[in-house]
Formats: sequence, C-alpha cells, structure tokens
Amino acid sequence: MKSIVAHGLVKTYRNGEVRALDGLDLDVEEGTVLGLLGPNGSGKTTTVRVLATLLTPDEGSATVGGVDVVKHPDQVRNMIGLSGQYAALDETLTGWDNLTMFGRLYHLSASATKARATELLEKFSLTDAARRPIKTYSGGMRRRLDLAASLIIKPKVLFLDEPTTGLDPRGRQEMWQVIDELVKGGVTLLLTTQYLEEADQLADSIAVIDAGKVIARGTSDELKNQVGGERLEITVDASHLPRAVELVKQVAGADPIVDTGLRRISAPVNNGSDSLVQVLRLLDEAKIHPLDIGLKRPSLDDVFISLTGHVAEIEAEVVTGKKKRK
Amino acid sequence: MKQAIGDFLVITKRQLLQMIRIPEVLIFATIQPAMFVLLFRYVFGGAINSGVSGGYVQLLMPGIFVQTVAFTLAATAVGLTADMQKGLIDRFRSLPIARSAVVIGRTVGDTLQNIVTLVVMGLVGFAVGWRPSSGPVKILLAFLFLLAFGYSMSWIGILIGLSVREERVAQSLVFLTVFPLTFLSNAFAPTTGMPKILQYFAEWNPVSTMVAACRELFGTKNIFGATANSWPSQHPVAMSLIYMVLLVVVFAPISVRKYVKVSAK
Repeated sequence: MKSIVAHGLVKTYRNGEVRALDGLDLDVEEGTVLGLLGPNGSGKTTTVRVLATLLTPDEGSATVGGVDVVKHPDQVRNMIGLSGQYAALDETLTGWDNLTMFGRLYHLSASATKARATELLEKFSLTDAARRPIKTYSGGMRRRLDLAASLIIKPKVLFLDEPTTGLDPRGRQEMWQVIDELVKGGVTLLLTTQYLEEADQLADSIAVIDAGKVIARGTSDELKNQVGGERLEITVDASHLPRAVELVKQVAGADPIVDTGLRRISAPVNNGSDSLVQVLRLLDEAKIHPLDIGLKRPSLDDVFISLTGHVAEIEAEVVTGKKKRK
Repeated sequence: MKQAIGDFLVITKRQLLQMIRIPEVLIFATIQPAMFVLLFRYVFGGAINSGVSGGYVQLLMPGIFVQTVAFTLAATAVGLTADMQKGLIDRFRSLPIARSAVVIGRTVGDTLQNIVTLVVMGLVGFAVGWRPSSGPVKILLAFLFLLAFGYSMSWIGILIGLSVREERVAQSLVFLTVFPLTFLSNAFAPTTGMPKILQYFAEWNPVSTMVAACRELFGTKNIFGATANSWPSQHPVAMSLIYMVLLVVVFAPISVRKYVKVSAK
C-alpha cells in the first residue's frame, strides 16, 4: 500500500518564470520514511505544501492515504500532521494552551484533548515547561512542541519539513531520537532535509530532489553505490592547499573536490590503500604534512555532487564531521 | 455548521488567552485611549468652543470611543500578519477546520478585547466630567453599537493582515487608513470649521456618522455644518448601521477568500 503518491506535480510562480515543481513524481510505502533531500530552493517545501493541501498544483495529481489532495482536502487534513520549517505556534501562549487549542481544532473532545496533551508533553519531555509561554522555550523545545502539535490526532501520514534546520547539535540529536521513536510507532513519514546526514540517519528510502524534480531514488546504500568507490580525503594547511590538490590529482586521475573552508581535498580512488601510500609519499617529498588523511566510503554529499554536478548548498556546515554513522 | 462554530470559538478563546498571558498588551491598549481622553479634554478642551451643555468632554467622549474601536483593526491586522510570518496560518490551514473559522475567531476575539477598553475609557471619561444623559438602555445600546462598529472595521484589518508580509507594513497601512478617517471627521472638533468641501466628506465619513450616532444615543446634541440637512446627518444611527453591514458584506467574503488562497511564501 502506498501512503503517498504524487504524479507529475508542477507548480510555477510568476507566470511560469519560476518552476518550483517541474514534474515531480513520488511515492511512499505505508509505514516507511522517505527522506526528500535537496538544497534550498529545490522544491522540497513546495512538495510538502502541495501534499498537505496548502497549495494547489498547476498540473499533476497526488493522493495521501488514497485520498486526492486537490479534490478532498478536508479528508486529507483529517489524517495528516504537518510540522514546518519554523515552529508554528502561538508564542504568547503556553505549551499546554497550544496543544489543547490544536486538539480542539482537530475536533477531539475536551477530555480526549487534555489526555492527549498530557501524554504528548510527557513523551517529548516538556511536562515541566507546559505552563510556560512558548517564547521562553529553547529552539529544540519549540520544535518538539511543534512536532507534538502535529501528532495530536495520531496522524497516519506525517510531514516534517526540515525538522532540525537551525537547531544546535544537541537539539538536533534530541529531535532525531524523537523522530526515530515515532517511526517505530508505524507512522508514514515524509521528511525533507538539506542535511545529507539526516536523511541517512532517519529515512528508509531517499529521494534526491533538484530544481523541482526527483533526480535519484533509493536507499542510502543504493545511492552510495551509484557513486561507487572509496574516496581519499586529506586536510592540509591552507598555504599548502593548491600544491596538495595537484598531487592528489596526479594519483586520483580525476579533479578532486576542494573545500577551502575546511581545507579539505577529496577525490575518488580505485585502489584505496595503494593510492593512500602514493599520495603520502608525494606529500612527504613536497614537505607537506597533512593534518588529517584517510579513506572514506562515499557519503551522501558525494552522491549529491555526482548527481547534480554541484555541491549541496549547506554542505560546508559542520553537521556531518562530528557524528559517526551508526 | 456546529463544528464551524466550535472552531471559531477555539480561535476566539486563543485571543482571550493571549490577553490573560500578556496582560501588558491590553493594559497599554487601554492606557493610550485613556491618555487621549485626558489630553484632548484638558489641552484642546479649553480652546474648542463646544456649544453644548456640559462642555467639550460631552462631544469628545463619543469621538474617542469611535476612534478607539476603529483602531481595533490595527490589532487584527498586525496579529494576523504575525501569525502568517510564524507559519501559524499555514498550520491552521492544514487542519480540518471551517475555512472562515480563523478569521471570524480573530474578529470576534479582538472585539471582545474592546469591551475591557471601552469600560476603562468610560470610567476615565466619567471621572473628567462626561455625563451621558440618555438613560441606561440607550447608553448600553451606544456601547453595543461601538462594539459592532469595531467588529465590522476589523474585517478591513483581516484583509490588510493577509495582504502584507511584515508586521511593520501592516501597522503603517492601518495608520494610513484609519488616521484620515478619524481626523477628517466630527470626532474631535465640529466640522463647521473645515473648508466646505471637506465638510461633505467629513460628514459622510462612517466615523462621523458613528460619532453622531453615539452622541445621539448618549444624549448629546450634534452640530452639523454643510450637510446638516443631509440624510446621514439626520439619521446617523441608520446610516452607521448601513455602513457596518456594507463593511462586513464587502470585506468578509474577500477576506475569507484571501485566507483560503494565502500562502506564507
């Protein structure tokens, strides 16, 4: 059973000048997590807005839980939860006020609303903060409450639009845990993210989106295999960077990817350890001492670059480095 | 239908909760008109020859009441713009609720806040010599009239709030709309001192007919200039009612449609 299906979605702005969605196809199996991965402006949010009945597509069709989002938006709204890029809450009200308000707007009875609000606050470790106005909450707490608000009716399908954008590493970690638990509960989740790491961590399957189209689809491993091979990664002093790039190029044969901010050179290699030794020797001869050197299996960053020919906008942000994959 | 009423009540309740959670907003929203009462009463009151028994304050109070409720639409517009910016409107739109619930809830909530404001202003007015002489029924009717006017004006606020993307822009637009309306009127000074052409505008102005209607209901004599014999001057209560109905009939459907279509980006 497919919980979400989209066919040829097109959405244009400014009389067709901007094509936010350009024939987007998508499907999500019931009870699974799809990570919609792409840089800013690739159409992730527009996709979510169409599927969550906030936006009518110019062309194409979509169903959520088997119901057409354009023809029967109210039925769709009764089974979805949406948590957007910004915590969409009433900041002056308390966490409790917000949850009970949304519970009543989902037409739960007063007692069911209270029970559910209590349960969710407990689940998201917000019980102590329940009686405080949202504006006193940290970023992570806001996001958790926002997520809680989207879970009031136990939705069959949940849309999370960049749930960890703007959170600090700890907040992100907490959010991941919460989402992880949620998924175990069997909800169908469409998650958008520009953090490649995040899609890898949370999603069963990943759709890479660029310029309003899905350009690749598969599990994290499948996508990595598309890129193939290991990569050599070297970090050197900024002053040695140009010279080191040349040397790496000699060994790898291909143009390395250089991140000047991180002073990191990265290149695909065929025979991993041999190349490593070769590069080390060349560096030694050139009197360059690498700060860090190693072989790496391809990351989703590499996948993105090889698929789109450009670096995902957020790539330089240090989300990845610290956290090792499970 | 029953569900739709439930929905808008939830939104209205939210407005009232906001009032309880940050009472400062209401306190300042009340201090400002109270301050206006004192300023106009003591600064201009001596200079303006009111020509009514009981002095300028009798003319002033209805004017200030009307100005205050007219400015309700500022709160409506700014609040709605803020909700849009925060994505709250998007969330509401993703809920299975009646299309009109959010905007109706907002207009009703803002109107309820006016009750508190009007009571405080009335008391301040009384303290500085305002004495409505028409008896309790008509006085109550005048206040209901004021609330209804504030309500119908707040629909303009809804449209402004949904049309702009920045709270400050909403604020400026409100001032551009409401200030000329309230000052090009009979609210603070008799229109007889204005150039003749302005007198026509001023006396057909809904703010003026409202002020005239309230003066009538509070038992104060109205003074008219060029339009003394015109229908709105003769029947300010009826004319104000017509204006209110017009405001709602025109702006409510436009606003609801706008709400359905609006998107945060």
